[in-house]
Amino acid sequence: MIVALLSDVHANFEALSACLEHARARAAERFIFLGDHVGYGPDPERVLEVLTNLVGGNGIAVLGNHDLAVTQRSSASMQEAARAAIDWTRKRLPAAQIDFLAGLPLTAEEGGRLYVHANAWAPDRWEYITGVFDARRSMRATPNRWTFCGHVHTPALYHMTDDGRTSAFVPQSGVRIPLPVTRRWLAVVGSVGQPRDGNPAASYALFDDESALLTFFRVPYDYASVARRIRESGLPTGLAMRLETGA
Amino acid sequence: MTTPPRHRFQPGTVIDGYRLDERIHHGSMASIWRVTAPGGGPTPLVMKIPRLGEAEDPAAIVAFEVEVMILPTLSGNHTPRYVAAGGLAAQPYIVMEWIDGRSLRAQLDRMPLPDEEVASVGARVAGALHDIHSQHVIHLDVKPSNVMFRESGEAVVIDFGVSRHDRLPDLLAEEFRIPIGTGPYISPEQVRRIRNDPRSDIFALGVVLYHLSTGERPFGNPTSVAGLRRRLYRSPSPPRALREDYPEWLQEIVLKCLEVDPNRRYQTAAQLAFELQHPDRVVLTEAAARRRREGIWASTKRYFRMLGEEPDPRQSVAGHLARAPIVVAAIDLAQRSEALNEAMRSNLRDILRAAPAARLACVMVLKTSRIGMDVTEDEEGRNLHVKGLVDLNHWARPLGLPPNRITYHVLEAPDAGAAIVEFAESNHVAQVVVGSRGSSTLRRYLGSVSSQVVALANCTVTVVKTDDRSELAES
Repeated sequence: MIVALLSDVHANFEALSACLEHARARAAERFIFLGDHVGYGPDPERVLEVLTNLVGGNGIAVLGNHDLAVTQRSSASMQEAARAAIDWTRKRLPAAQIDFLAGLPLTAEEGGRLYVHANAWAPDRWEYITGVFDARRSMRATPNRWTFCGHVHTPALYHMTDDGRTSAFVPQSGVRIPLPVTRRWLAVVGSVGQPRDGNPAASYALFDDESALLTFFRVPYDYASVARRIRESGLPTGLAMRLETGA
Repeated sequence: MTTPPRHRFQPGTVIDGYRLDERIHHGSMASIWRVTAPGGGPTPLVMKIPRLGEAEDPAAIVAFEVEVMILPTLSGNHTPRYVAAGGLAAQPYIVMEWIDGRSLRAQLDRMPLPDEEVASVGARVAGALHDIHSQHVIHLDVKPSNVMFRESGEAVVIDFGVSRHDRLPDLLAEEFRIPIGTGPYISPEQVRRIRNDPRSDIFALGVVLYHLSTGERPFGNPTSVAGLRRRLYRSPSPPRALREDYPEWLQEIVLKCLEVDPNRRYQTAAQLAFELQHPDRVVLTEAAARRRREGIWASTKRYFRMLGEEPDPRQSVAGHLARAPIVVAAIDLAQRSEALNEAMRSNLRDILRAAPAARLACVMVLKTSRIGMDVTEDEEGRNLHVKGLVDLNHWARPLGLPPNRITYHVLEAPDAGAAIVEFAESNHVAQVVVGSRGSSTLRRYLGSVSSQVVALANCTVTVVKTDDRSELAES
């Protein structure tokens, strides 16, 4: 089965729709959301509506730090723009959607795969994986062969031999990468709704669980219209600029 | 080396439906069996089974992983066709096409080979390497035992166990602390653990050509890392020191392949194949006639210059090939539009500026009649040929290219378009630039050379047109 891995949608409905359409055209039958479904973007209700439907089917969603913040009274520990977006989101979400977020697990596992937002060593502390040392730490903290995560808004792939030698790889869009069971793999699938690697196109990945082939994709969407709606909605304007530059 | 353990495989054993028929190779890393596919199947296949276990070489399993990752991405006649692979959970294996041909290794008994044969072997292997490089793969272990020839004469490169695909993770990146390759053939940059340079394969092929043509290996067969490192500062004896009558063109080519600094080698395997296919067009430098090894001072200077250059981790094979294409200018000297000539040269200037290591081949076609005698046999024909070369030279002079970046070719054929396409294919040409005049009714019905080239060529074709109204026509 082809599994779609989507992370850091951040209430960007246009980007999410583009990725879902792209994935369905490539026979994706299952959708995994790796956290931070809301925050930053102007469409949290519509995004959560899509998620709720997919999770009601055979989909999975795990909790991200922004999702958690929306369910809590205060988001004081966050940066200013993020906090403003969380407060804005919290005010408009219906109780049912807040409850949906509050009920999300920190991790999910199936078939040798770990789904987690930030890392495997302490999923609730939200520390980032930014290089081979963090990646090794995370891969050693789980018995699963494959880890799929987000949190860092830049796609990356790490691999580790049984004795801990770890390498990093920068994936290219559309290239099918075999992830053989002879070693551990950790894929940061990038961000659907707010990429930060200089390319504004939405980022996600497809995993074929029979052949263990992983493909990262960059999907274009109309980010200009989303940026315009961010500006009109009273969210911090810096968030609109981020979408336009992908940085 | 330990005694191989008693093997549990024997003729008749069935693995995932494949029946083992005969073991044709038993090496330190893997054994290779002829197999029959489930339900028979028309094409003969081989299965490679890596040797795994406590006492075995740990490299065997990584080599297997790498080959399973890379072989399925390759297609074409120059690699064995991938059929299937079995995972490591059960019994690891990889099944591929059986190459019904001979190994280049068998030719080593006949060394030194005649120069023409060395050039022919070299051109075919270089062509195969270019094909592999065009698919993002660097072989990194080119040697006679990894080269086969099909019945048709086409070269096939086998064993991708230490190869690198530049769009896939390098499973060998952190694997070993020692250089990965084979002692006599490994390139200086591989000794420095750089694994992303397609020109490493050109170096290894240079070692093969040196060996085939002289009977000696340029760097011996070192087994220690210190021994391998010697090639970073010590240049080999020129072949002419070993063989009095060694041709200068071949020495020029072989020593250029063996340059320590990859920037001084042929930049693509296609360019190397091109020179081997046109020995009379090789521009000879001081190296061609050398009878003595370069002094240690010259070599040391080069060594330090090279060490000063940081390897570029972001270098890609595709990007590399794009900087060094072979470009054909298909020139019709019968047409007299100076505006079109200038527009073509202007186009070529842009291409050559963007690709600083590009080579230009200026090609014209002398039409011969489809039936009847070959005109070039007589004196008039020879004169036409020479005149063609003179005219091509004159045509290209405004481009101001140095002799080592440009060649001139007068083809003789009844069909100009077909001849240009065939030249492009056999010389691994990346782009053809061809002129086209106007769009007269007659031309639309008869078809033009340019449209034929566009339709038939496998490479990029640029058709240059001009506005006929601006022409101050000669005729």
